[in-house]
Amino acid sequence: MRRIFQALGAAALLLLTAAADTGRIAPDYAVVKPGVAIAFPADHGAHPAFRTEWWYVTGWLDSPEGPLGFQMTFFRTRPDVDQANPSAFAARQVLFAHAALSDPAVGRLLHDQRVAREGFGLAQASTTDGDIVLDDWSLRRGADNRWRGKAGGKDFALDLTFTPGQPPLLQGQGGYSRKGPQAGQASHYYSLPQMAVSGSVRRGGRTVKVSGQAWLDREWSSTLLDPRAVGWDWVGLNLTDGGALMAFQVRDAAGRPLWAGGSLRTAEGARTVFAPGDVAFTTRRSWRSPRTGAVYPVERGLAVQLPGGPRAFVLKPLFDDQELDSRAGGGPVYWEGAVSGDGARGYLELTGYFEKLTL
Amino acid sequence: MAADAARPSVAALSWLILGEWRSQPMRVITAALAIAVGVALGFAVHLINASALDEFSRAISTVNGDADLQVQAVSNAGFDEALYPRLARAPGVATASPVIQLTGVVEGQSDGLTLIGLDIFRAAAVTPNLLGRPTAADGQAGFGDAGAVFDENAVFLSPALMAGRAPGQKISLSAGGRTTRLTIAGSLPGVAEGRRIAVMDIAAAQWRFGQIGRLQRIDLKLAEGADRDRTRAAVAALLPAEAELVTRESQTRRSDSLSRAYRVNLNMLALMALLTGGFLVFSAQSLSVARRRAQFALLRVLGSNRRALMSQVLIEGGVVGAVGAGLGLGLGLLLAGAALRLLGGDLGGGYFQGGQPALVFAPVAAGVFFVLGLGCALVGSLAPAGEAARAQPAVALKNAGDAVDPSARPRILPALILLLLGGACAFAPAIGGLPLLGYVSMALLLAGGVAAMPWLARALLSPLQARSIRSPAAELAVRRLWGAPSQAAVALCGIVASTSLMIAMAVMVSSFRGSVDDWLGQVLPDDLYLRYEGPSEAGGLDPAAQARLAAVPGVAAIHFTRAQPLRLNPDAPPVALVAQPVTRDDPGARLPMIGKPRPPPPGLTPVWVSEPAAWLNHLKVGEVIRLPLKGGTKVFVAGVWRDYARQNGALVLTSEDYTRLTGDALRAEASVDLEPGADLDQVSAGLKAALPPELADRTRFARPGQIRGIALGLFDRSFAITYVLELVAILVGLAGVAATVSAQTLARTKEFGMLRHIGVRKRQITAMLAMEGALLGAVGVAAGLTLGLIMSQVLIHVVNPQSFHWTMQTRLPWGLFAIVTAALIAASAGTALLSGRRALSVDAVRAVREDW
Repeated sequence: MRRIFQALGAAALLLLTAAADTGRIAPDYAVVKPGVAIAFPADHGAHPAFRTEWWYVTGWLDSPEGPLGFQMTFFRTRPDVDQANPSAFAARQVLFAHAALSDPAVGRLLHDQRVAREGFGLAQASTTDGDIVLDDWSLRRGADNRWRGKAGGKDFALDLTFTPGQPPLLQGQGGYSRKGPQAGQASHYYSLPQMAVSGSVRRGGRTVKVSGQAWLDREWSSTLLDPRAVGWDWVGLNLTDGGALMAFQVRDAAGRPLWAGGSLRTAEGARTVFAPGDVAFTTRRSWRSPRTGAVYPVERGLAVQLPGGPRAFVLKPLFDDQELDSRAGGGPVYWEGAVSGDGARGYLELTGYFEKLTL
Repeated sequence: MAADAARPSVAALSWLILGEWRSQPMRVITAALAIAVGVALGFAVHLINASALDEFSRAISTVNGDADLQVQAVSNAGFDEALYPRLARAPGVATASPVIQLTGVVEGQSDGLTLIGLDIFRAAAVTPNLLGRPTAADGQAGFGDAGAVFDENAVFLSPALMAGRAPGQKISLSAGGRTTRLTIAGSLPGVAEGRRIAVMDIAAAQWRFGQIGRLQRIDLKLAEGADRDRTRAAVAALLPAEAELVTRESQTRRSDSLSRAYRVNLNMLALMALLTGGFLVFSAQSLSVARRRAQFALLRVLGSNRRALMSQVLIEGGVVGAVGAGLGLGLGLLLAGAALRLLGGDLGGGYFQGGQPALVFAPVAAGVFFVLGLGCALVGSLAPAGEAARAQPAVALKNAGDAVDPSARPRILPALILLLLGGACAFAPAIGGLPLLGYVSMALLLAGGVAAMPWLARALLSPLQARSIRSPAAELAVRRLWGAPSQAAVALCGIVASTSLMIAMAVMVSSFRGSVDDWLGQVLPDDLYLRYEGPSEAGGLDPAAQARLAAVPGVAAIHFTRAQPLRLNPDAPPVALVAQPVTRDDPGARLPMIGKPRPPPPGLTPVWVSEPAAWLNHLKVGEVIRLPLKGGTKVFVAGVWRDYARQNGALVLTSEDYTRLTGDALRAEASVDLEPGADLDQVSAGLKAALPPELADRTRFARPGQIRGIALGLFDRSFAITYVLELVAILVGLAGVAATVSAQTLARTKEFGMLRHIGVRKRQITAMLAMEGALLGAVGVAAGLTLGLIMSQVLIHVVNPQSFHWTMQTRLPWGLFAIVTAALIAASAGTALLSGRRALSVDAVRAVREDW
């Protein structure tokens, strides 16, 4: 879900400017339909016919100095440009990437980003397998099914290898995931939970070896969220018992859920898909950002309905200030941080708390 | 005590100096004024140029953003975009930002603009000041920026272009020979006031303006800690012939070299004016010392030593110099301000385009010019001071008259040596592209000419002196001048210096103007010319439009031309690569060839190079050179032609060869041969109707006569500053003559009294003085004219070819010669007459008895 608003906002503006023009060839966006089977390895690769897509890795790392959180996202968007433009620079596909490191010793996020239009071999996303290059950043699935991600900049760098310990977890109905009350508001969605991480993290000039657990989310869609949506809460948790839990809610202006969903898969592979009524987020403690003034519910209660009865988690942040202000790069202000509690470690994403994202 | 007595007190010294000045104000004022003029001119030229260069480099850095390194195409045709990923991966390069850069024009406006196509994502890291700020329909900027940035029809305008327009409006933009309607998506807040820049998406710019597959520029940001030189080398190794690496320094050098010669010339002329000032100070001080010989002798007798006398004269000169230099700095500041407002940063020379520069004060330069002015005055006072100190008090006290022995022959050897050295310097080559030795030659010639004055005065007057003259007044006049040539020389040196300098300038300018006029006649053979307001490379006529124009009734033949800048050297300004309607067999039909063109060997394309192009790029007829076009085309230098239009040089190809080598089939300007009896206005109207609409608006039709008028008008404008300089030189020269002659006349009161005693009538003395004055003027004019003509030849054959790389034929401005001759003779005769009257009003008996 994450940066979907960013892309959708851009798309909305494009529609406005495009309406006045005639004779141009607008892109024909593919539609998310239920019943389309997810097929690997092709679906690890890009789906350029859809408007937006991402490869989103989050996780906890154990370093000699203690636990760290990280996220590494590659994001593809298909802007509404004239498809007739023969220029090799035509922005038919644009790749964004974002990486952040949560280090309690620093007390705030270290982050960096890359963005480029696809082309010239400098930025490209393969359609046959997981293989994305964006300048000096990359995320590739090897023949041994391990993923290798490289990202970073001046303040930090991540060079991590992710080894899936479980088969892909198809979200929703076989990978068709509803995102709102309307049938069209949906995405293709699968996750790779419980991935073992090995590799190195550089902070400043110092590089340390790390290991840990990660979660890879893959989602692609062309469809707008509900217009009433202001933001969303999302969480992806690797449970210590080997289970994998994903839950989200889309909020309206009053903070009420417009839609909710998620799933839990046990270590044995038993899967429960949540209906909107099965997921309940509560706020246990909020934190006000001294920079933006936004108030985030950083300590959450999460209750989900399982066949055996409800299960509740109390999720505490690794530290409070995991706010990310990406306005300089044209993105939103949001909170995205490592959380843990009750036998779970994972990532919580909170958007729409600074301002309603324009749709 | 003794030491104190030897040194007059400050009060006494200032009393002596002020008393002297009070009695001779004109002379002091002209000397100070001459210094002021020299300092003012030099300082103003420096200020104007510093301001213009500052403006120019700011303009360049606006268009270029803040890239660490930049790769630029050598011509508008650009280079293959495949270079972009190669540079992006070069070691040491953090980000490469590909750029389309074209000269464009907005419909209905004649001023050009720079159209830039950017990849916003790359530019954000390399040249953030070129990013547009989108303004959404509701006026809110912000989130979702990417939309307008990718829009093929969106354009962002700099504040200067936005004036009178608003986001959301449409504008028609022409560039690369195409015209497109675009929507104003927002502003360019990072672009400074006064710059005309339009920015759009790189893909849109490639598509809309016919640049698919091409780039004009790649901006590079170096990786942190990357070695600059190693990165440069790595990048340079990847470049094809059509691209070159430029840095801020090389661009500044390029803009500096644009006007360098022009500027150095003006500065040299200012130094010449300063030199004239020095001569005037010398002349004033010599006379003043001669007049005060008795006073100085008395001071010596009263206990002053030589050092004190010498320092008094030097202090006098120094004060004159300081006042003149101070005045000159103020004047220079005013002059520079006015010139920048009226003529622009290139003084009307046409080197810089764009915004009006703001005056930048230069304290260091101010100091340098002040010291120069002061130094000139001190050097001018040195010889008179020495003379004052040398005088024997006893002799000087008694003899208040001319201390010169008429039987002594004036020396000519030092003058000859100076003149010979000057002549030799004229044959030296340029230093660093500047005719520095040419100016040294002029300075030596000037000094030699002045030094030769006593000898010359006697030589010129000898025929008159040898003959017996009927009129006693005339005879007295001739004999006095002949007998005291060194005093005449003192009076003359200021005149000679200013006259010769002025004559030299006038001859050079009139030769230049005449040559340009002839040349215009040669290069404008047709009946009607089509010109465009604004940049010609923005629009163009494709072959279909050319055919439509040729088919207009009344057109017997139509010839199209096209010019594109092409850089042969990263540090030099680009030459123009021109398509002209010339034929390989007879290039001379449309080009004013110098020497005989040579036919190219089979298989080679001929190129005819203009005189400056040949000079600047060391091209010789018969040579084979490689043009930095696609594939590094080899061409044969088939001839050199005269061109005064493009100072940086032009290479002419036949129209067919141009299209073949550049792939550019568009043509811009055209000239028309009319059918006999065809009506000019009708044909113009027909041509206008056949032009593409976006060109028709800014097309102007002109007859050769009109173009010639415009061109000569531009010429006169660019020489406006030299005309002013000439006028100032004449006025200073005349004032110098008046002051000197009147001083000398007043000093001869006793002589006039004696003459009255032996029966010479007042009227006769007056006539004698008038004749003396006229003779003095005539000698001065003769010497000044001769020296000026010699110096003009140095300007024409040394200074001009070395700095501007073109030659010209000498034309003499006879009218000006006549005026200068008459004015100088009349001025010296008139002032002699007037001051003679004053001198004669003193009672004759008292004059003789007067002891000093």
